[in-house]
Amino acid sequence: MEISFPVFIETSINIILFAMLVATAFAITRIDRLFAVVMLSGVFSMLSALLFVTLDAVDVAITEAAVGAGVSTVLMLSTIALTERSEQKSHRPELIPLLVCFVTGAALIYGTLDFPNFGDPSAPAHAHVGGDYLVRSIKEIDVPNVVTSILASYRGFDTLGEVAVVFTAGIGVLMLISGLGRRRSDEDAALVEETIENQGIEEDA
Amino acid sequence: MLDFIAGHANYWLFIVLMMTGLYIVVAKGNLVKKIVGLNIFQTAVFMLYISSAKVAGGTAPIFPTDSKGYIKTDGIDQIIYSNPLPHVLILTAIVVGVATTALGLALTVRIREEFGTIEEENLVEIEQSLTRADNKAHGEAMGGMA
Repeated sequence: MEISFPVFIETSINIILFAMLVATAFAITRIDRLFAVVMLSGVFSMLSALLFVTLDAVDVAITEAAVGAGVSTVLMLSTIALTERSEQKSHRPELIPLLVCFVTGAALIYGTLDFPNFGDPSAPAHAHVGGDYLVRSIKEIDVPNVVTSILASYRGFDTLGEVAVVFTAGIGVLMLISGLGRRRSDEDAALVEETIENQGIEEDA
Repeated sequence: MLDFIAGHANYWLFIVLMMTGLYIVVAKGNLVKKIVGLNIFQTAVFMLYISSAKVAGGTAPIFPTDSKGYIKTDGIDQIIYSNPLPHVLILTAIVVGVATTALGLALTVRIREEFGTIEEENLVEIEQSLTRADNKAHGEAMGGMA
């Protein structure tokens, strides 16, 4: 079997990226300092963005790098700043989760046996509207990037729904953590009052 | 057979990553770490989905343009493009994923504020002692455990 040079390069890049992804994921399971865990999760997002580039999904790669590696990491860092820095050692048995993962993984791998080969041009995913969008986009939208024209025009309602979801989540976050500082200062004030009262009693006595 | 394995190995590797994420969610007690695990699972699903869009020998679905930014239509039939539709769906999913992450982390902050811990084991203990105290106080009147 003759393997051409570009295919060889692409395959080796994929193998290296996969190895790094798996190593990062395993490291996250082992490490119990949360700062390291959060940083590794950023690394995982960045590596997956690189893999998206090799899979031709450049828009997804940019979004993943900005949102997955950027925003998520910042959110997690602020959370560990407000909560705890390290994970407690668990005393639960580790066998049952492993078993669950192996059974689920086996079921999923059984499911992939029906999949078309990777990169198969006659796969069902390419049979319907995907090619249609590519053909019609030039005439109807006239934007070079087909992903943009689908996102903003053909499937604009999807994006509108996405905005609704993000809005709801934003309201949820605000309602959950608004008043965090106020409640804390209330607690502090109560503590001060209590101390003053106690001192007053002592002075009276 | 070799062809089949080479064509499916990437799916299996994504499933390995997915299961690593699932293991973190199920086995680890720390709530922040559970959310990290959820993110790993989610990213693995994205990669599995995006890999279904790849066409062998294809390139990113962006048309070539001339120096003025107009699409060059001559010779465009000879270029193979990957399927853009899964890319769009996953773009939406990434943003929704960050929204859920933010909500989960806000819940974690709130739980820490209320109970002073983000470890699942301690939380279960606190819940149990609260229920026990509740049963002691109101159990008899409600006809349940005293």
